[in-house]
Amino acid sequence: MNAIALSCQELVELVTDYLEDALPAPERARFDGHIAGCEHCTAYLEQMRTTITLTGRLRAEELAPESVEPLLEAFRDWRRGGRG
Amino acid sequence: MYPLEGAVTDAAEAEAAAAEDRRLVAGLRDGDDAVYAELLRRWHPAMLRVARMYVRDRATAEEVVQETWLAVLQGIGRFEGRSSLKTWVFRILTNRAKTRGGREARSVPFSALGGETEAGEPAVPEERFLSAEDPRAPHGWATPPRSWARVPEERLEARETIDCIRMAIADLPDAQRTVIALRDIDGWSAAEVCDALEITDANQRVLLHRARSKVRLACEAELEAA
Repeated sequence: MNAIALSCQELVELVTDYLEDALPAPERARFDGHIAGCEHCTAYLEQMRTTITLTGRLRAEELAPESVEPLLEAFRDWRRGGRG
Repeated sequence: MYPLEGAVTDAAEAEAAAAEDRRLVAGLRDGDDAVYAELLRRWHPAMLRVARMYVRDRATAEEVVQETWLAVLQGIGRFEGRSSLKTWVFRILTNRAKTRGGREARSVPFSALGGETEAGEPAVPEERFLSAEDPRAPHGWATPPRSWARVPEERLEARETIDCIRMAIADLPDAQRTVIALRDIDGWSAAEVCDALEITDANQRVLLHRARSKVRLACEAELEAA
């Protein structure tokens, strides 16, 4: 269908642009065409999506309550001090 | 395809975001602890990441962030809502961090950026692909990834996997680490990242690509080790 087929090695370098919706239409079509016929690249794309989701899990553990406390204290001081 | 519907949705979203900003601004003006604590939880980690790109060490970054919160509290009365509250807060932050970074002779925030966006760092090691001459499939997979569809959810979300991602991110070069953390941990849009770090959209994508590719590789190694 496409003049020049995309290889697997080329495809993995385009995955982020694909997910960011930054590929020009013809290239996006080549990407979709390859994925449709390649289970390995389909697995790769799915792995990348899963990785992004799992990375998001780090968010919950970022700011522990004890690290907020000194900053909240500074806030209360500032409020008592008549707001700069 | 449905421009009108899209526009209506966008407008509704923009109005919801503006209403949310009004609530936060009112809370800060009233000295509401709960609102301040909420904003700290939401933005403080990202503020440290962004500040860290402009100044030399973590201690200085923490100082810059604290100064920024103070400036936000002092200036909130003058906030007019011409940008989002988030954009306004992060502009204060980058201005302060740049001033500070300049003083400490690290005024070019992405001194390492050039190197980090250059080509030649493949997403997947080239030995995992067949050669260009291979009759089966030139540049096709030699050692393909295995689908994770059958990996149990508990395994994917296990402490070990999440720790492995955390370590992979910690090992990344500064700019890549900052971009993936803002995008995939803090949930920022590409435009917000470009604005706060003063980089182009193309650079943002290259950094994100390098970072995500390495994190995926680390996950793959971790999940196949089991």
